[in-house]
Amino acid sequence: MAGAFILASLERVFNVHVVKPTYRLALLTALAFLIVAPLPLQLHLGHPERSLEMYFTPHTTSAMAMFGFVYLWYLMVVLVLEIWLDYRKDLVLAWRASRGVARWFYAVLCLGVDNISDEALRIDDTVGHTLTIIGIPSAFLLHGYVGFIFGSIKANPWWSTPLMPIVFLFSAMVSGIALVMLMYMAMSKLYRREIDVACVDKIAQYLFYAFIIDFTLEMIDLIHRVYESDESFRALDFMVHTRLFTSQIVLQIMVGTVVPLALLAVTQLFTIPSATRLRIYTVAGVLTLVGIFAMRWNVVIGGQLFSKSFLGYTTYKMQYVTRDGLLPAIALLIAPFGILWLLVRLLPPWAPEPAAESGVVGKATV
Amino acid sequence: MDESRRKFLMGAGRLLVLTGAASVAWDAIVEGQPEKAPNYNTIDHWWGMVIDIEKCIGCGQCVRACKEENGVLLDDEHFRTWVERYVVDMDDPEHPLVDAPNGGYDGFADLPGMPENIKTFFVPKLCNHCVDSPCVQVCPVGATFDSPDGVVLVDKDRCLGCRYCVQACPYGCRYIDPRTNTVDKCTLCYHRITKGLTTACCEVCPTGARMLGDLKNPTDPIHAFLRTHKVQVLKPQMATGSKTYYNGLDGSVR
Amino acid sequence: MGSRWHNYSHLIRMAALFVAGILIFLVGRSFFVPADFGVYGHYRAGALDDARARPIRFAGQAACVECHSDISDLRKTARHARVSCESCHGALATHAAGDEPLKPTRPNGKALCVGCHTKSPSKPVAFPQIDVADHAGDNACIECHNPHAPKMS
Repeated sequence: MAGAFILASLERVFNVHVVKPTYRLALLTALAFLIVAPLPLQLHLGHPERSLEMYFTPHTTSAMAMFGFVYLWYLMVVLVLEIWLDYRKDLVLAWRASRGVARWFYAVLCLGVDNISDEALRIDDTVGHTLTIIGIPSAFLLHGYVGFIFGSIKANPWWSTPLMPIVFLFSAMVSGIALVMLMYMAMSKLYRREIDVACVDKIAQYLFYAFIIDFTLEMIDLIHRVYESDESFRALDFMVHTRLFTSQIVLQIMVGTVVPLALLAVTQLFTIPSATRLRIYTVAGVLTLVGIFAMRWNVVIGGQLFSKSFLGYTTYKMQYVTRDGLLPAIALLIAPFGILWLLVRLLPPWAPEPAAESGVVGKATV
Repeated sequence: MDESRRKFLMGAGRLLVLTGAASVAWDAIVEGQPEKAPNYNTIDHWWGMVIDIEKCIGCGQCVRACKEENGVLLDDEHFRTWVERYVVDMDDPEHPLVDAPNGGYDGFADLPGMPENIKTFFVPKLCNHCVDSPCVQVCPVGATFDSPDGVVLVDKDRCLGCRYCVQACPYGCRYIDPRTNTVDKCTLCYHRITKGLTTACCEVCPTGARMLGDLKNPTDPIHAFLRTHKVQVLKPQMATGSKTYYNGLDGSVR
Repeated sequence: MGSRWHNYSHLIRMAALFVAGILIFLVGRSFFVPADFGVYGHYRAGALDDARARPIRFAGQAACVECHSDISDLRKTARHARVSCESCHGALATHAAGDEPLKPTRPNGKALCVGCHTKSPSKPVAFPQIDVADHAGDNACIECHNPHAPKMS
């Protein structure tokens, strides 16, 4: 989600135009995932029907309570507004072109305003630009905040570190960029459009840089722990080597970080034909997503695998069909793609015909 | 006096006093009819607890009494208070062996084959009712809070069951009650201490290892005890402002 | 109503939507937040009453002494003076209130004693503890010791 927004911002604010083909897709991806994001939290609650209490009586010292407002701000003011402003012209055109129920639907989305004059669109663009600028620190705040929710718990040494917000932020950026890259390639294949290779190259480059920073941060955390070797180290070290061995050493570090970094490094350092490059990107992207998921698993579940006295361990018994079981989790992983499919249908990220913008035939534009 | 006459007199006397006694204070001490506490002023009290490790015999009475008084689940996974047994091998004092079979509910059976050079003792644990409680700090909706008299309580009608407080407590004293899907923990028998009784665990402790203390009451023996004994709190580095003071706490206790 | 605002009308409508949303939230909030929330701190004041409203199961030593003063007098100078009645006899609030069953169950005269007094290296050295098998064999403790004045003279 963070990565998706970063990509969108790169285009809008930093004028990295080569990534423009992914701009709208990145926004829609961010929205789809952000909508699903609270659902696992709701399922986990003992009383999900009381969850609105976080908005009615938020405890201002609680990071979790304040996060509710950060989330709301980001969803409504940044994402929804920005998507609306960017798509408004297409929505008005769709309103004019449709009949019946669809017509009402688009009328509502347009808030009943038919105006797509140049001046109005110019105003939209300015406001959208401002929103994107506000959106970048907002995205940082959102994902950093999630890290803070964990990092501020002094009772849990696996979580408690000032690096946690930054690690979460960068790992979110990495997974977001990787996801948009994969989605773009997949959807281009699906809708039989030509892939803009320069665009993907650029995205892969940003993925590489972000990943280096993310890996560095995680390694700094690890090295500190090993070097300082404080009270909790023995218990945590044992936990990593036994209960978390597969998910941390194998999946997160080797398969999910070192291998994709190596693959991406190869594409940066050597000249490789574009078709092969795209295949390498695909493999690296998938492994990256696996690695970031493993990182979340290791942080959240790892933090609950040992006792507060550091003298014993608990066991995570995965359920299958309960509210927080494996099957609902899989459903929630698939759900954003379902929502994205719906969004892409309602708000196509690509123009219906290839435009003559740059004169290159078949180049996808927005 | 022979046995039967003695029994009769005892019985008669019992009946007489009972009618009087029953009508006075025990009307409401009947299951399902909780007594009100109209004379209790929260700001006059500041509750804490003293645990004397040098007196604890690991009998488990406190664990049993707490579960009975507060209706805690009788399985081996949910405890409002529990007792741990520490076995410190003097050749490796940094890494004690700790066990708490069923939380100490049934007492402790002898450990087979203990080495010679050891130090062993019992450590009862409970919610420390911290002044700067990290669990209260992280609750998103104000479902757990410090009462004005220093007891950390849970509002079962507002708790979302998000478990953030369970993670934030450095003492591991909070848990999710599967019957209500909300958080539960030691309430310092709030329903008792506000009526002039002591906590269930302190009531039944046979050696006086557990002592409830009202820090705002100048005549409470806790003041003299804290002054004359070397007391510590658990995990002082967390700066939680714990009000559960341990006498004779060994350095190996976590 | 000039054309000056015409190009902003969609933004104005969106802003109005946001404002309406915030107002609805604020109004709705007053229905959902209990009236006694925030009186003493960031919590519902009624929760204190809820916490006080549990039924009591252990009556407390004072309640027993009211009726059983003879036993109490006997124990006052004996070794078990500081052991409360309910420590051995279990929760007695209903008994003290005069409810059925009036006579509580008598505790086991061996198992209960052994629970505290069996010898263990983890117990404080000064605490009276004994190897029960050696000391009593198969006999019950109360065959020789009066639980209310356990020291044998």
